[in-house]
Amino acid sequence: MDCGGNVMDELALNILDIAYNSIRAHANFIMIQIVDSVQDNVIKIKIQDNGDGMSEDELNKVTDPFFTTRTTRKVGLGIPLLKQNAELTGGYFHIDSQKGVGTVVQTQFVKNHIDTPIMGNIIETMTTLIQANENINYEFEYKTDDIHFLMNTKDMKDILGDVKITEPEVIMWLKDYMKEGLSQ
Amino acid sequence: MKSLEDLKKIREAAQNKMTMRLDDDQKYRVVVGMATCGIAAGARPVLNTIVEEVAKNKLPVTVLQTGCIGMCTLEPIVEVFDKDDHKTTYVLVDSKKAKEIVFHHLINDDVVEDYTVGKYKK
Repeated sequence: MDCGGNVMDELALNILDIAYNSIRAHANFIMIQIVDSVQDNVIKIKIQDNGDGMSEDELNKVTDPFFTTRTTRKVGLGIPLLKQNAELTGGYFHIDSQKGVGTVVQTQFVKNHIDTPIMGNIIETMTTLIQANENINYEFEYKTDDIHFLMNTKDMKDILGDVKITEPEVIMWLKDYMKEGLSQ
Repeated sequence: MKSLEDLKKIREAAQNKMTMRLDDDQKYRVVVGMATCGIAAGARPVLNTIVEEVAKNKLPVTVLQTGCIGMCTLEPIVEVFDKDDHKTTYVLVDSKKAKEIVFHHLINDDVVEDYTVGKYKK
């Protein structure tokens, strides 16, 4: 088992991995939008942050499997593998970034393609991200042919006041809240 | 049906608990490695299991995330720090082991030697 060499067999795990890049880039707002439609036969994912952003040079390297800004690990296989995987299904992977503005990652998979990973546990991905840092706000949108779920952690924090959104009790509530919202 | 209004009740309950915590202080700090290597190896369910058990058992424990701990092949890694900052490193953790660590270490103050990095290296 090599570092980063494992297959991330859920789209939700890839979303977690990409959003951690936003956290490492000091974002305090991260928007995650997912469209999962049988009718249109697509899964679309958009992750946008207001982090440090990248220069054109860094941007060009980011989809290169042998590039990473981290020093703890020699190769970063998260994004290159996702890109390869999306393109394999007939979809695409785009990343746009501007220094001092932020980064937008957009990827699309053909839903019924045999190589399209399952969505997996998107609720655990969101609770994990929210638990990671109380100072980051998330906007999360999930659309299928029947469901439209929208959640904004800023609204929740306003109600919670001085109680941290990262408190285990709040995270457990969030899990149930999302479970209900995503199974309407 | 859940609504954001529920958060008000959680706030009140948590505020009561926090005033208690000032006297008691947090007993343990648990840190889970969540870099790409950790995620790919299964750190996400481990983190969520620990958060869930801490909530369920109302433990005086803080759960934190960190990046790569530097032993990628041993991920998922969970570090438990006690009040004196003494560290126990658990390696190759999964949800089942995480529950045992919560029960034995965080609730009963017993280190689960079998899952520690020391045991692994022997």
